[in-house]
Amino acid sequence: MRDVAIIGAGMIQFGRRDEDTLLDMLSYASLKALDDAGLGDKTVNAVYVGNMGQGILQHQSSIASSLVDRLSLLPAAADTVENGPASGGSAIKNGLLAVASGYYDYVLVVGGEKMREVTGWRATDFVATMTHPQAEYPYGITLPGMAGMFTRLYMEKYGVTREMLVAVAIKNQAMGGLNPYAHVEMAIDKEGIFDSPHAVVNNPMGADPLHLYDMCPVSDGAAAVVLCSLEAAKKLKKPPVLIAGFGQATDTHTLQEREDPTDLKAVTLAAQQAFEMAKLKPSDISVAELHDAFTILEIAESEHVGFFKKGEGGKAVLAGKTKLGGQIPINVSGGLKARGHPVGGTGVAQVVDIVWQLRHELPKERQVKNAQNGLTVNFGGFGNNVTAFVLRRVEQ
Amino acid sequence: MPFDMELEAVLRPTQYPMPPYPPKVVTLANGKKMVIRQAEREDVPEILKSVHPCLFIERDYYNIVSARLYGELLAWYYYRAKSPYCLIGQVDGYLVGAVNGRMENEKVGMSYHTLAIDRGLRIGSHLFAAKMEYHLEYLGQEEVLIVAESPIGFRRWMIEYPLEPTTIPHELGGGDSYRLTREIYEKAKPRLVVGDRPVPPDLWEINTREILFADEKAIQEKIAGLKGR
Repeated sequence: MRDVAIIGAGMIQFGRRDEDTLLDMLSYASLKALDDAGLGDKTVNAVYVGNMGQGILQHQSSIASSLVDRLSLLPAAADTVENGPASGGSAIKNGLLAVASGYYDYVLVVGGEKMREVTGWRATDFVATMTHPQAEYPYGITLPGMAGMFTRLYMEKYGVTREMLVAVAIKNQAMGGLNPYAHVEMAIDKEGIFDSPHAVVNNPMGADPLHLYDMCPVSDGAAAVVLCSLEAAKKLKKPPVLIAGFGQATDTHTLQEREDPTDLKAVTLAAQQAFEMAKLKPSDISVAELHDAFTILEIAESEHVGFFKKGEGGKAVLAGKTKLGGQIPINVSGGLKARGHPVGGTGVAQVVDIVWQLRHELPKERQVKNAQNGLTVNFGGFGNNVTAFVLRRVEQ
Repeated sequence: MPFDMELEAVLRPTQYPMPPYPPKVVTLANGKKMVIRQAEREDVPEILKSVHPCLFIERDYYNIVSARLYGELLAWYYYRAKSPYCLIGQVDGYLVGAVNGRMENEKVGMSYHTLAIDRGLRIGSHLFAAKMEYHLEYLGQEEVLIVAESPIGFRRWMIEYPLEPTTIPHELGGGDSYRLTREIYEKAKPRLVVGDRPVPPDLWEINTREILFADEKAIQEKIAGLKGR
């Protein structure tokens, strides 16, 4: 198996992009990544597209086939990869395996989603199609509903408080304000969303105990990376970023079948696999992008991947350990909470942000100093299919 | 513009006595303080400067809402509306939103429009709530008639309160009419109507010295910008 590197990364601004189709967004992100890679006269052999809902939301299938044609990459192989909100992570995995095996030399992976074309209700229902079709969906469960129940249990078991959740929201929205690609660029304030009696309007209850600012926005957006062998990458201009480790694990479809619903086993296993492959441990990570679709998930995942002991993640947020300059900066991009969450695009966007961190090319207000290793966790379903990547800076 | 006072007397409707809306201050999600106060008729030309750029924004039906608001404010300015009012929201002196309506009669209020110029801060929710507060608590009316012209308005008013459907037609025409009764208002009040009174003197001074306006481009970017919060 060959070592695989990321040689190009690109992203478009997330948000509400009325003027763009999904194909437009995937194309823009792809062109940015291809430009960034500087392949010269070489071309990609295969394209993997991470997308969850084009078939449901826009009544269009086979999006990867459309993309290769739009980008004039014919006759490159093309596949659409669907794994719920972890579609992006799974698409990168497919690209990784294809290059590592030696079957393809250059692969484009792009993830994206167009969700703002429908109302928030329909978008929530669309995301809920990943729940169990007999045991969950017919009873009206939504992902915010699941996250609310999970949060309540986590609070009871591990002492997480609303103040901790609020601290995650404030931290990530502050970083989103510095990220030109972020959907939400507005900094929020503890008084306005928590302390003041006026917070009852500003930050209304969404799914008890989660409030509006505990949840990520529904976004349009896309991100892309170009992969090749590390050996080939070393001949290019930009410093390659090695995919040092990858892991993926699954868990029961329904939450109630889990022995302990607060135990995100697939997160733990996926991260462990990625660390083992990379021969690194959590303390070696300089920066992480965790899947904070809900504020509680950033705290829970930070514990499950091994940054903190169970029950310590929330305290770490309050102590500033997860902010830029802290012990382990988490979601410096703003995370899903502020960069946004176009479901099929998130896993790729996380990797793009870590690539930029490891290349040391972000402005100093967003750059983790001397970042060497990064971790991403892309959380599919409600933790029933999770991908994790450990990326490493390669000095030229 | 020349006018005949005798004819004006015919064209100008008689007005119901309207006690003023007592100003209040609301802390927004970003920590900034929004003062909500009643605009004076003389403020209309200045307010229109912020409404004008919204006439050309299709997103979320800003064009319909702002065109209608523009006309309603002109009608007030030229004494062509019966018992109208306009409440404005200001942050650091800048106009961030406006709501308006009028008294249909002593017992029934007619809600017109809600325009949030700065978005993503629930300014529209706060201003709409202030409008309902004005009708029910200060004008002493029993109900307010409301119609939605945008999906956001429908979600915010009809569902969030929730309002009651009524067969009484709203004067804006359009879709089904709804009403806010005193009972619905009292139930919704704890979670939707907030604000502190009196407004601290420093905030009052900043926000009444002059109504400040972002330039047209900034307003259009805030409302229809790519990021579209």
